[in-house]
Amino acid sequence: MCAMPVRKEATLPLARYDKETLKFFYETMVKIRNFELTVEKFFFDGEIPGFVHLYIGEEATATGVMANLRKTDYIQSTHRGHGHTIAKGADLKHMMAELFGKSTGSCKGKGGSMHIADFSVGMLGANGIVGGGFTMATGAALAQKMQKTDGVAVAFFGDGASNRGTFHEAANMAAAWKLPVIFLCENNQWASTTPYRTTTSVDDIADRAQGYGMPGVIVDGNDVFAVYEAAKELIERARRGEGPAILECKTYRIKGHFVGDPEMYRTKEEVQKVLEETDPIPRFEARVLKAKAMTKKELETIRTRVEKELAEALEFARTSPEPEVSALYEGLYV
Amino acid sequence: MKTITFSQATLEAMQEEMARDERVFVMGEDIARQGGIFGQFKGLPAQFGTGRVMDTPISETAIVGACIGAALAGMRPVADMHFADFAGVCFDEIYNQMAKIYYMFGGQKPVSMVLRAPDGLVNQAAAQHSQSLEAFFCHIPGLKVVIPSNPADAKGLLKAAIRDDNPVIYFEHKALFSMKGEVPEEEYVTPIGKAKVVREGKDVTLVSYSMTMNLAVKAADMLEKEGISVELIDLRTISPIDKETILNSVAKTSRLAIAHEAVKQGGVGAEISAIVAEEAIDCLDAPIVRVGAPFTPVPFARPLEQAYRITPDKIAAAVRGMM
Repeated sequence: MCAMPVRKEATLPLARYDKETLKFFYETMVKIRNFELTVEKFFFDGEIPGFVHLYIGEEATATGVMANLRKTDYIQSTHRGHGHTIAKGADLKHMMAELFGKSTGSCKGKGGSMHIADFSVGMLGANGIVGGGFTMATGAALAQKMQKTDGVAVAFFGDGASNRGTFHEAANMAAAWKLPVIFLCENNQWASTTPYRTTTSVDDIADRAQGYGMPGVIVDGNDVFAVYEAAKELIERARRGEGPAILECKTYRIKGHFVGDPEMYRTKEEVQKVLEETDPIPRFEARVLKAKAMTKKELETIRTRVEKELAEALEFARTSPEPEVSALYEGLYV
Repeated sequence: MKTITFSQATLEAMQEEMARDERVFVMGEDIARQGGIFGQFKGLPAQFGTGRVMDTPISETAIVGACIGAALAGMRPVADMHFADFAGVCFDEIYNQMAKIYYMFGGQKPVSMVLRAPDGLVNQAAAQHSQSLEAFFCHIPGLKVVIPSNPADAKGLLKAAIRDDNPVIYFEHKALFSMKGEVPEEEYVTPIGKAKVVREGKDVTLVSYSMTMNLAVKAADMLEKEGISVELIDLRTISPIDKETILNSVAKTSRLAIAHEAVKQGGVGAEISAIVAEEAIDCLDAPIVRVGAPFTPVPFARPLEQAYRITPDKIAAAVRGMM
């Protein structure tokens, strides 16, 4: 019933994309990139505590997928959740404040980077446990089906998480019950410090879709257009009640596993090469400018707007108060 | 009042709550077609359909995880664990996700779900089908843990658990499912977090819960005949624990014994002992006594299982020893 994994290129000519979508692509990718660079700086400066895992280099994936989602659709995020949260439409101020551990944070300073969440936009949480989101996304999809909406849930996961039992249990349940959930693999090549090929039984994670009777599609995860088009097809299929799918986005983790990772497992040259050849943001710029779909001025306006928004978020986070100690016992039970 | 079994009492709770709130549904292994291995779901699919009473794959992780996700998306799921012993398969979902989501995400949404966990010794089911694991769950902030000892409480506590906005682990002792008892005709819920003074007494406080509570009653009867007046407390909820009821009773009796089926080491009895030692040691006329299972897995062979089991005699002997 299921074909071999399909490799997808972007096929729509740029002229078919409306301006709003193009702007969303660019603004979201730049917002994620700059947010992450800011976070990295303030982590090294000692103002952002805890563990931080950056999404730099993978912006096209979250952006291309989220352009197909409604606010009422759900996502479950990963260990590397800032990009998903931003792309799903979360408020940067409260996100940044959360990373700073402030009372104004989206989780009131109880979660931090690894546990960022914004339920108001359907972002049901990053997860400190790799592979923790598969089954919960499946449940959110089940709820959508029971409530007779045409909503979907997307479970983001990395190549490393695809080896968790949770993936296999969730994939089977979702396929057996034809639930509207997309298992969205961001294959960034690295499972913490281990190259995924050395610990994974298949070359492509999407191959595993066959074992569960669902479509598996592979796409260039650094091409926002390709991600958008592939995700659109699978998400619309899920909305029609035709069940789950795996979309594997091939991307690359530009930064270490966490901020401060000494990265003994790879060379700087390898990273630099990927950055030069496949960085999704310059690729997008070159493409829209060449096709005259957007102007330099438009791109610049967006970048300026993002800078301003980010500066405000940073100011908000830095000047917000830390939680009162009395908040320790708040919110344990309803 | 009517007399029904513990199993029927939990079924009535499900029927009433599913009729009252269409967001309530239940999923688990062998529950729809089979009616649950203890008959506790018999007739439920006929009334509510297999869309709300769902047979799952044998995937405990997916069962609990999916219920969490469904709860976050506005449903009120009940997950059946088949045997409490299997909860280990999905422990991450229980202690890292279900228990923490409300706190860790700053109170954005509680995980309003119930995990039903049939626990305890049944005849010679041995080490992986007979455990009393409740103490694990009491160590995790964010969970509520209830554990009824009779049909009336089974119904009232299950209804309360389903209505509670917090995640609730509902332990139901496998050997209690066939127990008959009086259950009110009219609708009621049994409040979570409140222990019950089952019998007043003046010489010693005996705290218990679940199946062992029924053994404690027998032990108290034996002791009464010997002139020892026992105040019996059924905890009903073991997290959060009702300290007030225990401390009030100990202030009155000056002696404390605790009996449970789970292993003594690290058990609920240890927690109660510590509470009383910290807050009411001046009240005590004798060292606290705990009756619990030996620190071994549940054995299979009959004499070994008999030796492992808590009995009324063992409880009575422990109490006698402190007088």
